[in-house]
Amino acid sequence: MSQSLEIKNLNVNIGDKRIIKDFNLTIPKGEIHAIMGPNGTGKSTLAKALAGHPDYEIASGEVLMDGESILDLEVDERSRAGLFLAFQYPVEIPGVTIANFIRAAKNARLPEGEELNAPAYYKELYEKMDALKIDRKFTSRSVNEGFSGGEKKRCEILQMAMLKPKYAVLDETDSGLDIDALKIVAEGVNTLRGGNLGALVITHYQRLLNYIIPDRVHVMYDGRIVKSGDKTLAEELESKGYDWIKEITEAAA
Amino acid sequence: MGATATQLDIDRDKGDFKYAESHKYDAGVGLNEGTIDYICDVKGEADWIRDFRKRALKVFEGKPMPTHWATKDLDNIDFSKIRYYLSGDNRSKKSWDEVPEEVKETFERLGIPENERKFLAGVEAQFDSEAAYSNIKEAVAKDGVIFLGSTEGLMEHPEIFRKWFGKVIPTGDNKFSALNSAVFSGGSFIYVPPGVKVSHPLQAYFRINAENFGQFERTLIIADEGAEVTYMEGCTAPKFDTATLHSAVVELVAMPGAKIEYITVQNWSSNVFNLVTKRAVAHEDAVVKWIDCNIGSRLTMKYPGVILKGRRARGEVMSIALANDGQHQDTGAKMIHAADETTSNVISKSISVGKGRSTYRGQVHMPKHLKGCKNNTECDALLINSESRTDTYPAITVRGEENYVQHEASVSKVSAEQIFYMQQRGLSEAEAMSLSVNGFVNDLTRQFPMEYSVELKRLIELEMEGSVG
Repeated sequence: MSQSLEIKNLNVNIGDKRIIKDFNLTIPKGEIHAIMGPNGTGKSTLAKALAGHPDYEIASGEVLMDGESILDLEVDERSRAGLFLAFQYPVEIPGVTIANFIRAAKNARLPEGEELNAPAYYKELYEKMDALKIDRKFTSRSVNEGFSGGEKKRCEILQMAMLKPKYAVLDETDSGLDIDALKIVAEGVNTLRGGNLGALVITHYQRLLNYIIPDRVHVMYDGRIVKSGDKTLAEELESKGYDWIKEITEAAA
Repeated sequence: MGATATQLDIDRDKGDFKYAESHKYDAGVGLNEGTIDYICDVKGEADWIRDFRKRALKVFEGKPMPTHWATKDLDNIDFSKIRYYLSGDNRSKKSWDEVPEEVKETFERLGIPENERKFLAGVEAQFDSEAAYSNIKEAVAKDGVIFLGSTEGLMEHPEIFRKWFGKVIPTGDNKFSALNSAVFSGGSFIYVPPGVKVSHPLQAYFRINAENFGQFERTLIIADEGAEVTYMEGCTAPKFDTATLHSAVVELVAMPGAKIEYITVQNWSSNVFNLVTKRAVAHEDAVVKWIDCNIGSRLTMKYPGVILKGRRARGEVMSIALANDGQHQDTGAKMIHAADETTSNVISKSISVGKGRSTYRGQVHMPKHLKGCKNNTECDALLINSESRTDTYPAITVRGEENYVQHEASVSKVSAEQIFYMQQRGLSEAEAMSLSVNGFVNDLTRQFPMEYSVELKRLIELEMEGSVG
């Protein structure tokens, strides 16, 4: 069984419009891949389609997690199978505290009738919050409600750390962050890095990749990957700009 | 906490069963003077009670259905097909061992004995018309607290209960209070002597077992000067194909400086008409608090009220209503300010799911001659999916310049993006919905006694599970 997240010939529509076109990518477990690309090229669509958002129609193709297709699974089943999406715009859940929310998510992963050990849960939660420099008072605040951009993104990484996914997609986790918050978030991701996690980091800017060093960098344009390389590709892209991608893509066409 | 949750595991699935009926006394279907004579004879009631019932029957017959302001669904109640009195053995049992086995089995499934053993001072559980099991801990009785069924209360302590019986809610208050006055049986009568503070809540559990049966319990609670008591009731009805009517009357009297807290968590089956009149009188410096959670039923109409009769009296209503597909929760509160410096607070939260419908009706009355009265009303509605409906009808009559009223209302929706976000974390759609609903009512439920907020949370989860196709 291959230990990887495999996306094969994926085509995704929103309404009548095809956004993701014959998309292919394999992320072996233990690696971090980055996808860069201009706005409107389908990066976020890819992230939400992988998670199973009902507005995104999978026209054809396959997505395999450790060899098993996930496309027939519900959103929550994909999550429990080990797929995590860090949202570009995390949603507010009024009245539901962070502590209760993460606890409910962890309970959902236990066999029926089993309950989380509360003291152990809080111990772990506090450790991870401390590492992400999230004030412990946040445990009793409603999920994302009234949070700053940086607080929301740290809260996403906190959930990821608590849920320990096999594969994570981080959708523009760097957007709206100042440099200090960016470093904290990157450190949080780096802590989880290792043989048990495969991650896809979606970003518009190279800046994040100074702190999360990717194993591979892919450049996405018009719904496909048009160029892949190592971390130096990100630097090259940063200096040449996205017009360069447009030129080479159109020249190839 | 985990253990508490298990004991209070009262759910619709458990409620979805019935036992063979073996009622020793059955008044048959339909309602006339003969029905009332039958009830009085079986119960051995005094003549004044018989007269009271017969007068009430006339009032009931003379009153039209309130369909000019309420739902037309009321016209679907066929009073001639309802059975008004059923009873196994009409004397209450005081010891658990004496309770018939099948009744005991019902209560065991509903978690009653555990409740009592663990933390309740007394249990008065009602199986159809009569209290099948009634007990009160010695410690409470020693202080002179009276905790009886309505029949026993009227017969054994007329000097206490007759004075207030039918005074807070007169027979002719509305069609259903008149009906209850004609055929009432069961319910709790509680008297707490001056200065006695009952430290544990008293509890009753109502349950309707017989098909086409109306349950008409009557509750009267009197807290004498400076006394304090909390009363909790839960309601469950198993599922039947035909409609069942529940029409209770609850009267509370808080004498000067007294405190009464009345907590209801109801989980009616979706064919029950639940038409209940609840009202309190609060004398000087008294506090009355209604906590009312309505889940289930076909139609609930209930507007707990407080008449603030003495200076500085305070009334509160905190209510939660959950209307699922095919259900209509028509609930609210009444605050009648009748003395200076009286205050009232109403917080209402409604949740409408699928085609469920929630209606809030509130009345706040402050006449011109009063000074220093305050009311705060908050109505929040949560909609889950676009077919849901919610209406708010506040009726606020405030005269005079030295009174203060504040009214806030909000409507919010559980969005598809919220559900997606929660599902992405591994929660099923039903879990995501119940978490949102619990989040919505959270600021209210954290003020409830712990065991009831746990039960309510569980009931909401079950209701949400049922609403996801």
